[in-house]
Amino acid sequence: MDAIMLQEKLVERLLCPRVRTARQKEKQYVGFATLPNQVHRKSVKKGFDFTLMVAGESGMGKSTLVNSLFLTDLYKDRKLLNAEERINQTVEIIKHTVDIEEKGVKLKLTIVDTPGFGDAVNNNECWKPITDYIDQQFEQYFRDESGLNRKNIQDNRVHCCLYFIPPFGHGLRPVDVEFMKALHEKVNIIPLIAKADCLTPNEIKKLKDRIREEIDKFGIKVYQFPECDSDEDEEFKQLDKELKECTPFAVIGSNTVVEARGQRVRGRLYPWGIVEVENQSHCDFVKLRNMLIRSHMHDLKDVTCDVHYENYRAQCIQEMTSKLAQDNRMESPLPILPLSTPDVDTEKLIKMKDEELKRMQEMLNKMQQQMHEKDQ
Amino acid sequence: QRTCLQMSLIRGTDLFGYVGIEAILDQMKRKTMKAGFEFNIMVVGQSGLGKSTLVNTLFKSKVSRRSNYEEKISKTVKLHSVSHVIEEKGVKMKLTVIDTPGFGDQINNENCWEPIVKYINEQYEKYLREELCVNRKRRIPDSRVHCCIYFLPATGHRLRPIDVEFMKRLGKIVSIVPVIAKADTLTIEERQEFKERIRHDLVANGIHVYPQKEYDEDPEDHILNNRIRENIPFAVVGTDKEHQVNGNKVLGRKTKWGIIEVENVEHCEFACLRDLLIRSHLQDLKDVTHNIHYETYRVRRLTESNMDFGELGLPTWPLENGTRDKCESESHL
Repeated sequence: MDAIMLQEKLVERLLCPRVRTARQKEKQYVGFATLPNQVHRKSVKKGFDFTLMVAGESGMGKSTLVNSLFLTDLYKDRKLLNAEERINQTVEIIKHTVDIEEKGVKLKLTIVDTPGFGDAVNNNECWKPITDYIDQQFEQYFRDESGLNRKNIQDNRVHCCLYFIPPFGHGLRPVDVEFMKALHEKVNIIPLIAKADCLTPNEIKKLKDRIREEIDKFGIKVYQFPECDSDEDEEFKQLDKELKECTPFAVIGSNTVVEARGQRVRGRLYPWGIVEVENQSHCDFVKLRNMLIRSHMHDLKDVTCDVHYENYRAQCIQEMTSKLAQDNRMESPLPILPLSTPDVDTEKLIKMKDEELKRMQEMLNKMQQQMHEKDQ
Repeated sequence: QRTCLQMSLIRGTDLFGYVGIEAILDQMKRKTMKAGFEFNIMVVGQSGLGKSTLVNTLFKSKVSRRSNYEEKISKTVKLHSVSHVIEEKGVKMKLTVIDTPGFGDQINNENCWEPIVKYINEQYEKYLREELCVNRKRRIPDSRVHCCIYFLPATGHRLRPIDVEFMKRLGKIVSIVPVIAKADTLTIEERQEFKERIRHDLVANGIHVYPQKEYDEDPEDHILNNRIRENIPFAVVGTDKEHQVNGNKVLGRKTKWGIIEVENVEHCEFACLRDLLIRSHLQDLKDVTHNIHYETYRVRRLTESNMDFGELGLPTWPLENGTRDKCESESHL
């Protein structure tokens, strides 16, 4: 009984702006307005997952920022390579997975780190291991999706890539431009200005303007915040506008807690003052955190699924069909859908194609199995 | 008949009166003040590390042209040298700043140090030719690079491969002074750890930076230089803006959390770098360049002079008086 009363109260609140008479309420009450709540409860049970990639040269503060964002210490016993070891280093992909729970909501967070990026003397195509990794995740999801057993598909696709731009330069460097152009159609890129505590407010503004200009100039498609709905309230719209004008975010991270203004905060202690990571007038860390976790996490996942993954999938299928057409030396591309009025010849053809497809499906299943075995 | 040399040391206190030998110091001082000094400093580092700002702050004047933000990153390393004559208390100095835009900015930075090595060797070559002329100029114009400041980005980790490659090659031909640029992003602990790791990396790779241990002339120098060696690379911050702090005008960078005073030794080591480069070791830098780096180059070139110059890719060295004079000049070695 209590649950039903609760539901009714919820519905009342949802329908609040419209004033209804009691009788009208009874007549028009269907009850599906509780759907968002049901979805909410189911998702809480299921838990969320989010894959975040961090890319940038070493020493940009990536690990510190990740620790600050998620209030964890993922990189406790890290050993820094010395210059000799680094000369022969190639770009690696390292995944850290951590399960975070807050107020009953579970988040499986995966951080994909890219040590070695941009560190060598010759950095030609240093982004290739990264694009290969992202494509691999898409491919695996594609196979899982096309497979027969779709119950427990694991989504390892990269939902967001934080790219750390050094604050030392005058804007984007060639390696920044090339990296973002190689990845902007595969993943949501959010450019950040790293170690922003070495810049004065004026310098930050100039650098941000310059980076925005260059992003436009080079046609780089970074992640765009979705437009506000017109019926949102003014405060929300104002916040949204501020957020958009603030990109790229100038961030500072810290692994240490210091005493500032009588409180213990995450910050960095210098002889000339204390930088507070969560102070909005010091840096944009709070904006980034709110955007990434509190308001736009779901949108990032949606864009990854609806745009980047679909692009990949369409491309993949196109390649597959054109390959099939090539193999059979057909003049026109093969339709996968069956023809409406088959005659004998075309029936034979369809049978042949069906068998071919079945064989391909078997191959895919085999590969899927192999991959699952490998994972175990 | 045997002639024997008798050497004895006569101290000033034994003299009957005041001879005035020490006045020679004044004479020297006056002569050099009239002639003026030349100092050539090269700055190397990726764009945006504050090279021009640091040079301007060091010499308290706008000697280095701040790069215009509209300029594109150049595809090759181009050396750009600007000379100014600055004067202080009657002493004139012709300061030449050699900038190296484009270093380390590309995606593929292999051999980006080659134009720099070539430039330095060309200056030695120029001086060598002047020196070997029959009719030499009274004062040979000195365009040799006396000091190369290498800017390391303040990553807080270690030396990068490009840093190692550059300093390995250039440490042999010029005096390198590495500095940590834009050091206001490191806390004091991070700075100490970073410096230790850098010093360790330098030793591990056999890189000799200024002041080199081998060239300490006496124990006093050794102690002084050891103190410097324990502190390199200096963590510097540069600026040309002034702010009010406690009623004084200081050079500094103003941020939301405080003002970083450039000349305050508790904030950064700019003052140490300035003292090293200008107030205490300027002449030493020139001497090391002349007596050691240049002599190394000279010996190498003269012993190679038996080889075909075409092989080395260097322009042929015309001997003014034929081969006999070559033997004469060699006997001078």
